[in-house]
Amino acid sequence: MSSLQHTREVFRRDRVWGFLLPPSSNAVLDTRHGPILYLEDVSVSFDGFKALNRLTLYIDDGELRCIIGANGAGKTTMMDVITGKTRPDDGEVFFGQSINLLELSEPEIAQVGIGRKFQKPTVFEYHTVYTNLELSMKADKAVWPTLLAGLSGEQRDHIDEVLDTIGLCEQRNQRAGLLSHGQKQWLEIGMLLMQEPRLLLVDEPVAGMTGQEAERTAELLTSLAGKHSVVVVEHDMEFVRSIARKVTVLHEGSVLAEGDMETVQNDPRVVEVYLGE
Amino acid sequence: MIVQILKQDRPGQLLIGALGLAALLVPVMNLVMPADSAFHMPTYMVTLLGKYLSFALLALAVDLVWGYCGILSLGHGAFFALGGYAMGMYLMRQIGERGVYGNPELPDFMVFLNWQELPWYWQGFESFGFALLMVLLVPGLLAFVFGWFAFRSRVTGVYLSIITQAMTYALMLAFFRNEMGFGGNNGLTDFKDILGFSLQSDVTRIGLFLASLVALAGGYIVCRLIVQSRVGRVTVAIRDAEDRVRFIGYKVEDYKLWLFVVSAVIAGIAGALYVPQVGIINPGEFSPLNSIELVIWVAIGGRGTLYGAVVGALLVNYAKTYFTGALPELWLFALGALFIIVTLYLPRGLVGLLRRREDAV
Repeated sequence: MSSLQHTREVFRRDRVWGFLLPPSSNAVLDTRHGPILYLEDVSVSFDGFKALNRLTLYIDDGELRCIIGANGAGKTTMMDVITGKTRPDDGEVFFGQSINLLELSEPEIAQVGIGRKFQKPTVFEYHTVYTNLELSMKADKAVWPTLLAGLSGEQRDHIDEVLDTIGLCEQRNQRAGLLSHGQKQWLEIGMLLMQEPRLLLVDEPVAGMTGQEAERTAELLTSLAGKHSVVVVEHDMEFVRSIARKVTVLHEGSVLAEGDMETVQNDPRVVEVYLGE
Repeated sequence: MIVQILKQDRPGQLLIGALGLAALLVPVMNLVMPADSAFHMPTYMVTLLGKYLSFALLALAVDLVWGYCGILSLGHGAFFALGGYAMGMYLMRQIGERGVYGNPELPDFMVFLNWQELPWYWQGFESFGFALLMVLLVPGLLAFVFGWFAFRSRVTGVYLSIITQAMTYALMLAFFRNEMGFGGNNGLTDFKDILGFSLQSDVTRIGLFLASLVALAGGYIVCRLIVQSRVGRVTVAIRDAEDRVRFIGYKVEDYKLWLFVVSAVIAGIAGALYVPQVGIINPGEFSPLNSIELVIWVAIGGRGTLYGAVVGALLVNYAKTYFTGALPELWLFALGALFIIVTLYLPRGLVGLLRRREDAV
């Protein structure tokens, strides 16, 4: 690149210099333009294997989005990138207009309002259901304030409310380790809700659930959309059909098709690589 | 406030009660009862008990990080020894002209090495307050630096155990060197008095015993306070599901580091109480074997309970004193067997026998 071109590039009229932006950790979530999550040209490779290949994806505020794709399509890697567990080789990830997620650590990403449910239900088995929710609560999570922290009446109400939402009121004083598989999944969703997140990432919520449990989970997730944006990664087509308004199909690390369930299902490329199997 | 902390903790109440009883009985039995009475307690026994109490405090420190945060430190002996060395340096400076070479400024081993003046890091140790500060600061600082690197790099599990082991081993080799200025392999010894009281007198011995007792009770209450707070619940959560904790917004590294430093400071205090009672501190205290042995105390007593660590340390050390006197060649076999039996049949340690199932951490 010649120096003239270089100078032009630097002083491009739409250029916003990074150092002029406020730091992402105390920026305010800005969704005025619609999307709450922007993934642009994100690439990740592990030892030459491209787990994500220039993935571009936008999630709208308040939306419930299902992401499907065969094994190795990059669904979990995408979640890892959003939550800060994996750093992409290339591309940009923004939460709203102003928060650059690539600058933040995992706990900071959780604190700006992104909650993540793991594929395998992960709760604090030794603690009671109530304590699990208490620990997840939105609060100052530095060590010294936590040492002296108690629960205010308002916070107790919030915990009760979430217990009610996830249907675990009766198990509140039970050890989380003693819950059934489905109950643990709900508890984990409840723990996400305690953080008052704007965006929920839910990885395979109905894996290993009975039909009835899956139905309740579907109800729970649909009821959350609107107040929160929800991204669900799922294999179970039945389940996706029951909740999805908009579906994104991932294939080999990029978006293959996007739209409502019917459009996607009838897309010949999708039929070929995924549904037609 | 203390009543509040121990309200839910019946074994803790018993422990504090037992310590209180010992605080009343032991001085009377040692100082008041005539030597030929059946209730007389010889001074060597008082000192032995004091030593056990300092070990119990050390075990408490290990249980705090291992039982409640899953950090299996095999190098806690190093923090204990550093606290001990800080106290030892004060005691060395108190000897003054009474050393073999009669040098008012330099400890004997420095005169022997032909050193002309006190190294800079020995300055200030003539003051008890300064030494006490160092007892807290030096182990705490080492734990902070070590933990900062280890936890930030997300070193966990067996790898962390191995590098803690390497840390204490490296310190042992360093302290063995005469050039370090800590007395080489002889360490620091031949202490005369503490705060002007002769270390040989019964009253001083009782004083040190009581200090150990108070430190153990205080250490127990501080640890109980920590594990009952939300910080304690977070660290138990880290032990069980570290990633989950991170993704709900806690900086896991900060919590581990904080707990590790607190634990190291407690271990340092234990070391400072140990040294004046046994009368010597040498690099052997840094030996990896010591650190492993104290993990065994906690495992045998029952980890994740705090009182289990105290019980384990007291019982194993009593057994050690007994065995090494009666059947010295059998002690290591007995310790090994005890550890295997506890691991196989009593995963929650000896105190696990007494507790109901749902109390298990």
